[in-house]
Amino acid sequence: MTTDPSRIRNFSIVAHIDHGKSTLADRLIQVTGGLTDREMKEQVLDNMELERERGITIKAQTVRLHYKAKDGEDYVLNLIDTPGHVDFAYEVSRSLYACEGALLVVDAAQGVEAQTLANVYQAIDVDLDIVPVLNKIDLPAADPDRIRDQIEDVIGIEAHDALEISAKTGLGIEDVLEAIVERLPAPPAGDPDAPLKALLVDSWYDTYLGVICLVRVIEGTLKKGQKVRMMGTGASYGVDGVGVFTPMKTETASLGPGEIGFLNASIKQVRDTRVGDTITEEKRPTADMLPGFKPAVPVVFCGLFPVDAADFEDLRDAVERLALNDASFSFEMETSAALGFGFRCGFLGLLHLEVIRERLEREYSVDLITTAPSVVYKMALTGGSEVELHNPADMPDPVKIDSIAEPWIKATILVPDEYLGGVLKLCEDRRGVQKELTYAGTRAMLVYELPLNEVVFDFYDRLKSVTKGYASFDYQFIEYRTGDLVKMSILVNDEPVDALSMIVHRGRAEMRGRAMCEKLKELIPRHMFKIPIQAAIGGRVIARETLSAMRKDVTAKCYGGDATRKRKLLDKQKAGKKKMRQYGNVEIPQEAFIAALKMDQD
Amino acid sequence: MSRDARTPEPKPGPTPDRLGLYIHWPYCARICPYCDFNVYKAANGKPDDLLAAMLADLDQWAERIDPRPLASLHFGGGTPSLMEPAAIAAVIERAEMLFGFEPGVEIGLEANPAERARLSGISSAGVNRLSLGVQALDDASLKALGRDHDSAAGLEAIEIAQSNFERVSFDLIYAREGQTPEAWAAELERAIGFGVGHLSLYQLTIEPGTAFQKKRDRGDLTPPDDDAAADMFEMTQTVTASHGFPAYEVSNHARTRADQSTHNRLYWEGADWIGIGPGAHSRTGRAATGGRTGWTALLRPADYVECVASGSAHATEALSAEDEAVERVMMGLRLVEDGLDLATAIPAGQVSPDPGQVASLVEQGLITQQDRRICLTHKGRLFADYVANRLAELVSS
Repeated sequence: MTTDPSRIRNFSIVAHIDHGKSTLADRLIQVTGGLTDREMKEQVLDNMELERERGITIKAQTVRLHYKAKDGEDYVLNLIDTPGHVDFAYEVSRSLYACEGALLVVDAAQGVEAQTLANVYQAIDVDLDIVPVLNKIDLPAADPDRIRDQIEDVIGIEAHDALEISAKTGLGIEDVLEAIVERLPAPPAGDPDAPLKALLVDSWYDTYLGVICLVRVIEGTLKKGQKVRMMGTGASYGVDGVGVFTPMKTETASLGPGEIGFLNASIKQVRDTRVGDTITEEKRPTADMLPGFKPAVPVVFCGLFPVDAADFEDLRDAVERLALNDASFSFEMETSAALGFGFRCGFLGLLHLEVIRERLEREYSVDLITTAPSVVYKMALTGGSEVELHNPADMPDPVKIDSIAEPWIKATILVPDEYLGGVLKLCEDRRGVQKELTYAGTRAMLVYELPLNEVVFDFYDRLKSVTKGYASFDYQFIEYRTGDLVKMSILVNDEPVDALSMIVHRGRAEMRGRAMCEKLKELIPRHMFKIPIQAAIGGRVIARETLSAMRKDVTAKCYGGDATRKRKLLDKQKAGKKKMRQYGNVEIPQEAFIAALKMDQD
Repeated sequence: MSRDARTPEPKPGPTPDRLGLYIHWPYCARICPYCDFNVYKAANGKPDDLLAAMLADLDQWAERIDPRPLASLHFGGGTPSLMEPAAIAAVIERAEMLFGFEPGVEIGLEANPAERARLSGISSAGVNRLSLGVQALDDASLKALGRDHDSAAGLEAIEIAQSNFERVSFDLIYAREGQTPEAWAAELERAIGFGVGHLSLYQLTIEPGTAFQKKRDRGDLTPPDDDAAADMFEMTQTVTASHGFPAYEVSNHARTRADQSTHNRLYWEGADWIGIGPGAHSRTGRAATGGRTGWTALLRPADYVECVASGSAHATEALSAEDEAVERVMMGLRLVEDGLDLATAIPAGQVSPDPGQVASLVEQGLITQQDRRICLTHKGRLFADYVANRLAELVSS
């Protein structure tokens, strides 16, 4: 029994991290009776341990709410929760495609922030109707009038009728539900008897059912037992079940036009499904395919190595299992002189990298060493052949290299004009080539071509800091271009640390080298002797710092109550030592490898 | 906990170690911003309930272990000078009744100069060694350390203490924000001039979770860096030694052996101690006599009071031979004159420090070794933790 599309509202919530999106989602579920109080866990939708802990949403989640509106009618409200971070922007955009409207949640004290902008523009781009919601109105610092003006000025959408709520206390939740019904459009009324046309919004792995596909039906009806075809991959499957999330997974007989739900069809791997694909009937295919999404391409690479070489097989197992559920994560085996066997992995961005790394460590209990992130270079060798370089440590002898090409991207940056100067300087510093500079109200839109190498190198952090978080940033790969690129090695106590070597533009080498040496000086703990830290191109040292010898390591007070504490501390240090890598007689903590790449220089 | 499981059978063997009693009074009039001890605001406290629980706990200790005469009692905190003299006397009396005292028992108490008016009462209650939390000798520094007394109160307290107690010590905190080596040297010489027999000189340490840590993280507190602090430590050794006040422990100085703290030496020598009061720690036994046991009392006063009633206020931990050895190394090394006697400190025949590490530490000039006795060198004192950690990398012997 499908629902009349006029009684359906499909919506998403867009917000900056910490502005209360998950709390509001939980509250909506609770008020509409999706879960009893007993079942209500904090932040139901962020169901990965890591998501809950970091307060971020990585995978899209969905839930169907039943709501009896003030007009006396019963409505089905489908909430699709979306990730907030730019690394997962592609997940946001495809989730938004499945909706007709969005709630824009803004913290009534903190106001509009970068992610708010980036996400709300994505929603505007796909023509969603937007209801602004001012959350945390109960806080003493809440200033709804100022934030209303800010939403109108910065984002450029009408905000005088923004709702004032507190997801935490439950204030205004009924108004939100009414606004969803009244102010957001119903999905287009597709013909339930037409050939099936459904959008594959997302897919993930379920231990019992295999791959679960989240789908949005456009036309026709999706039923259990139906034979369906994925138009992009060409694969056919028999539908074992269809249903909705309430948020508990609940089977239904069918899904009609405008509805959002899941299907399972004994699909083995997430990789067998292509998000954005069109699902149709095997016997009676629809005439036109949906446009689909651009695939998510890994752009940042780094090596992951087990701290204990004996754990390599465990790491392989963990990496393979993680990849089952995250098609945007790629990996291949690599070896390093210093680190042994490991994997060179591809990620969507630096946050994605950190999330994967943490999941491997936490969910699979593998202790990892993470090498410096880099991009893929193409080398034309003197013999005429071309090789791809995924790892700076594998760089061939420079005399054998004819030229090196690096990936370039086209970046689009939206920024309030008061921060324009800082953004221009940042892009110029990063070897950017300006292509466009236009204004939309008080905001500037910049288009730059940039080497990706310069973007993986803390570009987001710098952009965020020069714009106080008010910039939105998006990019796409354009082409490989040759450049004057060299390999820079890092030597600690005269020992090369291959995990820290990097390919850099010659003109930027000295600056990068100096910054790296300064950073390492902060990150490497003092030893009993002084340690030179150098950056070198070939045999030429281009930057040098000296870490002076440790002067003291002694606790001032140590009495009866300190015995246990000191012993436990020692145990912790012993565990920490495993995360250290020995170079000569210097121990480098693994944090140094990741942190070394996040430099704060002007 | 069951008494049977914890009471070692009397058996022939080495005589039991000396025993000390620690009494933790967790209340303070004001919480100091550098302090990470188990402390609570006195205003919210229920001192009568706590005293009753502590006395009951002491009764239980007499059941839990083989009572033997106490070498020392130490009232620490918190601010035990906030205890009523009658309460102090009650604890001392009960301890003597249950355990007895060794001849020349040390009964020490940590006092805040703000309670100087109570000192004669505390003396009459039976305390014979007083250590005063003077901390600094000028008003600006005391204010910066968040102390609730001025320098005049500190000086007056020292005077009152000297006329009321056989043995007096006081604490100073150095390597304070903005403190110059010259100013510290002058302060230290002045401190030595007051004529007490014992000084505890602590480098300011920013402990996690304290108000000072938050202040430092905000950028509002900049203590001297390690290099400057190390210079001040070395200067402290020189100044105290030249005035006949050498360090016998990393941060503790005494004119004579008799001026040293008996109670604290029990910790550093790895003897036995039992604790009463919230969060108090205890250690008894050694591997050779059936194993060493550690106890930790519940931290919150209300929990402690409640659980003493059911005899379960202390969590126990059976220390392995390796745990015991690690603790003895970490504690014993701090006695800079006596050093650490591996022959007695390490449970025989099980584990021992790695001879390679010992050789390397000797080569680095951090320790000296004679027979099985290891002493920190002058340079090694600044690296006591480093040395202890290396020595604690035990190997099977």
